[in-house]
Amino acid sequence: MAGVGGGNDFQWCFSQVKGAIDEDVAEADIISTVEFNYSGDLLATGDKGGRVVIFQREQESKNRPHSRGEYNVYSTFQSHEPEFDYLKSLEIEEKINKIRWLPQQNAAHFLLSTNDKTIKLWKISERDKRAEGYNLKDEEGRLRGDPFRITSLRVPVLMPMDLMVEASPRRIFANAHTYHINSISVNSDHETYLSADDLRINLWHLEITDRSFNIVDIKPANMEELTEVITAAECHPHQCNVFVYSSSKGTIRLCDMRAAALCDRHTKFFEEPEDPSSRSFFSEIISSISDVKFSHSGRYMMTRDYLSVKVWDLNMENRPVETYQVHEYLRSKLCSLYENDCIFDKFECCWNGSDSAIMTGSYNNFFRMFDRSTRRDITLEASRESSKPRALLKPRKVCTGGKRKKDEISVDSLDFNKKILHTAWHPKENVIAVAATNNLSSLPDVSATLYLLAKPPLKNPPLKKMLGRR
Amino acid sequence: MAGADGDDSLYPIAVLIDELRNEDVQLRLNSIKKLSTIALALGVERTRTELLPFLTDTIYDEDEVLLALAEQLGNFTMLVGGPEYVHCLLPPLESLATVEETVVRDKAVESLRKISHEHSPVDLEVHFEPLVKRLASGDWFTSRTSACGLFSVCYPRVSSTVKAEIRQHFRTLCSDDTPMVRRAAASKLGEFAKVLELDYVKSDIISLFTALASDEQDSVRLLAVEACVSIATLLPQEDLETLVMPTLRQAAEDKSWRVRYMVADKFSELQKAVGPEITKNDLVPAFQNLLKDCEAEVRAAAANKVKEFCENLPEDSKETIIMSHILPCVKELVSDTNQHVKSALASVIMGLSTILGKDNTVEHLLPLFLAQLKDECPEVRLNIISNLDCVNEVIGIRQLSQSLLPAIVELAEDAKWRVRLAIIEYMPLLAGQLGVEFFDEKLNSLCMAWLVDHVYAIREAATCNLMKLVEKFGAEWAQNTIIPKVLGMANDPNYLHRMTTLFCINSLSEACGQEITTKQMLPVILKMSNDQVANVRFNVAKSLQKIGPVLDSNTLQTEVKPVLEKLATDQDMDVKYFAQEAVSVLALA
Repeated sequence: MAGVGGGNDFQWCFSQVKGAIDEDVAEADIISTVEFNYSGDLLATGDKGGRVVIFQREQESKNRPHSRGEYNVYSTFQSHEPEFDYLKSLEIEEKINKIRWLPQQNAAHFLLSTNDKTIKLWKISERDKRAEGYNLKDEEGRLRGDPFRITSLRVPVLMPMDLMVEASPRRIFANAHTYHINSISVNSDHETYLSADDLRINLWHLEITDRSFNIVDIKPANMEELTEVITAAECHPHQCNVFVYSSSKGTIRLCDMRAAALCDRHTKFFEEPEDPSSRSFFSEIISSISDVKFSHSGRYMMTRDYLSVKVWDLNMENRPVETYQVHEYLRSKLCSLYENDCIFDKFECCWNGSDSAIMTGSYNNFFRMFDRSTRRDITLEASRESSKPRALLKPRKVCTGGKRKKDEISVDSLDFNKKILHTAWHPKENVIAVAATNNLSSLPDVSATLYLLAKPPLKNPPLKKMLGRR
Repeated sequence: MAGADGDDSLYPIAVLIDELRNEDVQLRLNSIKKLSTIALALGVERTRTELLPFLTDTIYDEDEVLLALAEQLGNFTMLVGGPEYVHCLLPPLESLATVEETVVRDKAVESLRKISHEHSPVDLEVHFEPLVKRLASGDWFTSRTSACGLFSVCYPRVSSTVKAEIRQHFRTLCSDDTPMVRRAAASKLGEFAKVLELDYVKSDIISLFTALASDEQDSVRLLAVEACVSIATLLPQEDLETLVMPTLRQAAEDKSWRVRYMVADKFSELQKAVGPEITKNDLVPAFQNLLKDCEAEVRAAAANKVKEFCENLPEDSKETIIMSHILPCVKELVSDTNQHVKSALASVIMGLSTILGKDNTVEHLLPLFLAQLKDECPEVRLNIISNLDCVNEVIGIRQLSQSLLPAIVELAEDAKWRVRLAIIEYMPLLAGQLGVEFFDEKLNSLCMAWLVDHVYAIREAATCNLMKLVEKFGAEWAQNTIIPKVLGMANDPNYLHRMTTLFCINSLSEACGQEITTKQMLPVILKMSNDQVANVRFNVAKSLQKIGPVLDSNTLQTEVKPVLEKLATDQDMDVKYFAQEAVSVLALA
């Protein structure tokens, strides 16, 4: 499988754009998480309105030969509702913080979705048969004849019907988190998962909702001594006893659940010594890790901080093996980014299926890809203007000082309200999903768009209008 | 079946059938639970040709409906026409065995196991065994996990070629890709081993056992410990050392605490399975290590087994092993850093005294009991106190009373009300063992102090405790020691305490008998009917209702009735209500 630097280096084109274009878009439509399932045939998005939308990849069919690869809406459901905690006088937002798919276990699909406090297990299943035939009434529900003069009994029969996709809540894992949940991660033993909030990590059994085990607790006895919080946590893809969590101080701890029931002592501690020459007021803020992801192989992990992405070898704790600058040109802008709170944005990052390339988002609806073998990188822009289907995307360049060349964009004209926080890469193919948000608080300039991109086909099939609608 | 001119007896059945697809889950559930009634009405042939095909496809339903269905089908043999047709039940159970909900799957497997016995040997090979194979090679892990539970029921009754196939399928599932299937296989390994011929146990099962016990997932490895018990019981003593012990030793020292925990948790079973010689040579050191494990969960599990392990040691060396190997570890656990370990130990340590006898108990165990009675954690002290009866038999409780008293007093005054509640519950037991004199002298005041505790649950438990004490020490004791104090509280300025008087009377009247109730308690209650707090007044009405049966009819008419009639005209709605209720219950109207 080719990485970004395969046969057609860095050539990407939009295959579909999902989301409302000109209708009123509300704050609730802003996508807050994007996740492919294990096969890549389903793509789930969660939004600020507590909804989950699942797209399914079309299989090739005879009447629509080119629809192969298109993702269309499969199921939409309201996962979380806004709530109010009366004991603490706190509103609980319905925003979906994370979605994680479970490995497929039967014909149905399962996913975990979480808001700040409550995790839910959803089942998405298909039904294509319906029972017919009543004894006491006809199919429209009218009573038939004298019910006391029944001459024979009818057993209902199942008849085929149009495919119906149902989403049903199977389990609700509540009341275990005092702080906001930032991560959930399914363990490779397929029976447990972990959930992390700012100060604690809990381990759950997927079938048990009334208890969880607290495996990490960094809450100091006195909250005034609080110096760091947990920002993300993930289970190792193959070793069921290993998980990592990242902190706001830019460090990552790896824990082994075999060693003890309570993992407050880490097994490994990943930290890069700070370069004293670049130390500034913002050093601590920008070193905070916003996302951590194991590679599919389980050998590496990737962390995203404000300005860079780092790849760590699990066998080397003292420094990352690779560091990629995402938008180094912002280093001079940190002051204004602090003032408009952008410096606290939590960018996520993801691996491609073969771990040869990584992707993460930036501002101005730019997103970045890095090829790990060639060390080449590219900036692409997700925008409706450039989203002609099947047309190759032009790489974007930001000019840093000096004269601005043609096609370059100056740092000062970057739009910090447009940002790409959530991206996902198909686990086997070169298909990516990019959620663009423009969350200016002044409506109606909000936009919430999901872009699906693919490598351009080598042979040119007839172009087709690919604009989908969510 | 219905007659041609209609029959109203079919109506209820028609309703049941229609409700199989009602929108209300509860109605569907009711219908499913009466599935046998439906089947009976339809007759065996229509049940086979119409009802079962319909049920086979209704796996979309809610879990509770599916669970009920899976259970019903296990008892359906006669309703489909007897053992000859029992295989008709396989399709619906097969589809239930593939759903994702574990409880439903397990129930379907249970029913399949049940009806497997009703298959003739021929049907078993023609219908049942192919189903097991289909499940075992299913695409989804759900069906493969279900298959694991079915091998052992069909194996003994099939031909040797089919047996070989079954063994092969089981082998495949033991090395399945998904950990769920390997877990299911590991948990059924022992059961499957039991039905296998001994040669195959040695050749097949042992290698599977060894493989599962070194699986990369600790959730699989820990299940192999359980299988170890069954396998060890099957093998002759001389094979244990080479075939089982290496794996067991490895499990006891596994890197994962969960596996070691499992070993500790199953220790008594393992001990019985491997016999006295291996116990002496291998399990004693292993147990010592578990008691000293670095993970508290493991130490707690091992501590829980101390008594059972010691009890089951071979007679000839029991005392030596305990004194020289186990007791030193136990001594360390008494001052463990983890309170769960200490409280696990405290719940069994007293049991050692019966095994070691009087002298050893006084010399070696008593200091440990005393140390635990002074432990900072209340649960540890409570566990010791709750097991006092074991020591009482061996050395008598007097040996302990010196230390017991401060411990009880401290628990009685603990800041946590749940701790106070727990010690109250042991009071009757303690009173029985310490005797009435000791009790009056040292503990009576505590029992009275609980009556005015600021937590209602404690006051409630305290009244109940008084009743039990009276049952133990008798009415005369009650009259002299507790009733004056209880009745004195009727004049307390705090209305909650005045109510406690009433609650005490409620529970004491029966134990104290008619005379005390009429002469001492009743006047106090009647006086309280003028209380200014409505809650007290309506509790007076409730108390009168409660003690009414103890009083004679004359007293009821002349003393109780006027008071209740007055309360029935009270300004307060609740007082009126309870007064009227008492009047009608006591039939005074």
